[in-house]
Amino acid sequence: MSQRKVLQGNIIVAKAALAAGCDFFAGYPITPSSEIAQYMSKEMPKMERTFIQMEDEIASLGACIGASLAGRKTLTATSGPGFSLMQEHVGMAVIAEVPVVIVNVMRGGPSTGMPTKPAQADLMQARWGTHGDHPIIALYPAFSDEIFSETVRAFNLAEKYWNPVILLLDEVLGKAHMDVEIPEPGSYEVYWEKTHEIKDLNIYDRNLGENPPRIDFFHGYPIHIDSLEHDAHGWPSFDAKTVDKMQKLRMQKIYQNLDDIIKYKEYFMDDAEVMVFSFGISARSALAAVKTAREQGIKAGLFQALTIWPFPRAALQERFKKTKKVLTVEMNMGQMKYEVERIAPCDVEKQTLLRANGMPFAPAEVLDAIKEFAK
Amino acid sequence: MRDYEKYIRYRTFPTPWCPGCGDGVILKSIAMAFAELNLDPDDIVVIAGIGCSGRMPTYFNTNTLHTTHGRALTFATGIKLAKPEKLVVVISGDGDATAIGGNHLIHAARRNIGIKMILINNGIYGMTGGQVSPLTPPSFFTETTPYGNIEPHFNVRKLLTAAEATFVARETVNRLMQLKQVIKKSFQHKGFSVVEVMSNCHVNLGRRNKMKSPLVMTKYIRDITMNMPEFEKLSPAEQASKYPLGIFVQNTERLEYTDLYYNHIVPTAQQAGAKGEK
Repeated sequence: MSQRKVLQGNIIVAKAALAAGCDFFAGYPITPSSEIAQYMSKEMPKMERTFIQMEDEIASLGACIGASLAGRKTLTATSGPGFSLMQEHVGMAVIAEVPVVIVNVMRGGPSTGMPTKPAQADLMQARWGTHGDHPIIALYPAFSDEIFSETVRAFNLAEKYWNPVILLLDEVLGKAHMDVEIPEPGSYEVYWEKTHEIKDLNIYDRNLGENPPRIDFFHGYPIHIDSLEHDAHGWPSFDAKTVDKMQKLRMQKIYQNLDDIIKYKEYFMDDAEVMVFSFGISARSALAAVKTAREQGIKAGLFQALTIWPFPRAALQERFKKTKKVLTVEMNMGQMKYEVERIAPCDVEKQTLLRANGMPFAPAEVLDAIKEFAK
Repeated sequence: MRDYEKYIRYRTFPTPWCPGCGDGVILKSIAMAFAELNLDPDDIVVIAGIGCSGRMPTYFNTNTLHTTHGRALTFATGIKLAKPEKLVVVISGDGDATAIGGNHLIHAARRNIGIKMILINNGIYGMTGGQVSPLTPPSFFTETTPYGNIEPHFNVRKLLTAAEATFVARETVNRLMQLKQVIKKSFQHKGFSVVEVMSNCHVNLGRRNKMKSPLVMTKYIRDITMNMPEFEKLSPAEQASKYPLGIFVQNTERLEYTDLYYNHIVPTAQQAGAKGEK
C-alpha cells in the first residue's frame, strides 16, 4: 500500500534514495540540504548501508565515486557553494563513466549569499560547472510526488548511463513540509544492472549510443580506471582518433537516448496562446497562475521541464509551431531564458519574469505577467 | 618470472618516469610486498592522485584507479567503506599528499580508516616541471623559488603523529629490502598507515641544487637520513636538517574505522530500530 504522509522535501529525497537502493552516502553539512545527511546517518546503519560525513564536499563526491566503483549506489547532497567544490569530481565521474547522484538544494548566491533563501541559481552550474566538454543529466522536481519519483529516476538514469546525475531542488521545497504519496515498493522501476563478467581490460569498448556495461572493481579481473582521457581499455591515450571515439561514446550514450531521459509536463497546452516555461518552485506558482488565467478566459498553458539537462528542445520546438508567445519564469537573473531564446523561432515572442531576491513568485505576480503578455 | 612480477602490468610499460627515478624502486618494493603476503591481485586496489606518483597505479596488475590531484584518499575512503576486506593502497607524492591533499591526509589519519598510504617524498612538483612543494627543504632553488625557498617544510612524521595516525614510518629508495619490509608491515597493520619514502628527483630538484645525477642525489639522501637511534643522539640544531628512518608509530590498540562502523554503529542502530526509537 502506498502511504500518505506529511514530510519535509529533503526527507522525501532521502526516503526515495533509500527506496531506489542507495547504499552509500557521503556528505558535508550545508544549509539547506543537511536534513538529507542527518536522515541518512540515522537510517542507513539500520539497513547495513554506509553513511560517512567527510571533511569537505570534494572528499564527499570522491568517496561516492570510489564506493560506486566498488559496486555501491551512491548519493551526496549539498547546496551551491558545496556544489562548486564538487565540480572537479563531477568531471572525473563523467570521464571515468561512474554513476553517482548529486542533490543540490539551491540557495541564494553567489558566494555565501543567502543560505536560507531560495533561488534557481545553479541551473547553468549544473550544466557547465565542470571543465571540459561533457554530457550531464539534471532533473528538477516541483511537486511533492515528483520529488520522490525524480529522485528514484535520478538513480535509474545514473545506473543506466554511467554518468553523474544532478537532482536540483529549491530551498523552500527542501525545507517545507508537504503532503506526499510514498508509493509502494515495486510500483516504480528500480534499475540495477549486475556487473558484466570482466574478461579483459576492454571495459569501455562498445558501439555508439550503447549503454555502457557496469564496471566495478573486484570481479575477478583487475581493471584500470583513469581520470586521464583513455582508450577502450581504460589506458591513458591522447591519440586524436581514440579521443574522438571516446568523447563521442560518452556524449552519444546520453544524446541518442533523449526520449528515455527527457521528461516534462504540459498543462493546458493544447490550445494555449501564451506558454509559461518554468520548473521547480516557480512552476508551482505558474500552474496556479495559469489556472486562474484560464478562469478569466486567457488561453495560457504551462510547460514544466522535469529534465532540464539535456534541455527539452524537441518538445518545446513542437509547441512553438502553434504557440507564439513564451514567458520564461525563473528565480534568477536570467539563465534558462537564453536556452529558450536559442531554440525559439523568430516569430515567437519571448518575455521573461525574473527575480533573485530570495522571494519566490506569488501566483498573482505570474498571473499579472501572463495578462500583460497576452494583451 | 619472479614471484612479484605477477603484480606488474607489463603491457602498460614503458613508464613515463625519467631515467634514474626512485619511483621504479618503489614500484618494485610494493609488488614484492604483495608477493610476500601472497595476495590475490583482484583483492587489491591501488589508487593515486596526480603527478609522477599518480602514474604508478597503471603499472600494477591489480585493480587500479588514477584520480584527481590530492584526492586519492577520498576515493580510497569510499572503496574501503564499500569493501572493508580489500587491501586499499594509496600512492601519493609530497605535493599531492601534503599541499592540495593535506586536509584529506590528516582526516584519514584521525579516522584511522584502513588505507595503506605510500607517500613519495621527492621534495618537488616533478610532473609540472619543478616547483616548490611543502616538503622542499628550506633555501632550495626551484622554478618558483628562484632566490631560494623561504618556507619551512612539513615534518610528516610529527604532522601525522599529531593527527593520531596509528602507523607512521619513513624509508628511502636507497634501501630496497628495508623499504619492502616496512611496506609489508604497513599492509599488515589494520588501521591507517603512512610510509614516507625519501626519493630522488635529480631532474627537477637536483639539477637546480648542484645534484644533477641520480647517484649524487641518492648519496645526498643517504647523508641526510639515519636510523632513529642515531638521530636521537643529535642535538636539536643538527636534527633540523636530518630525517630519521624506521617505524615511528605502530598503535594496534585503536580500532579501525570500518570495523567500528560495521561492528559497532550498525548493531547499535539496529537495536535502536528494533526498539522503535526515533
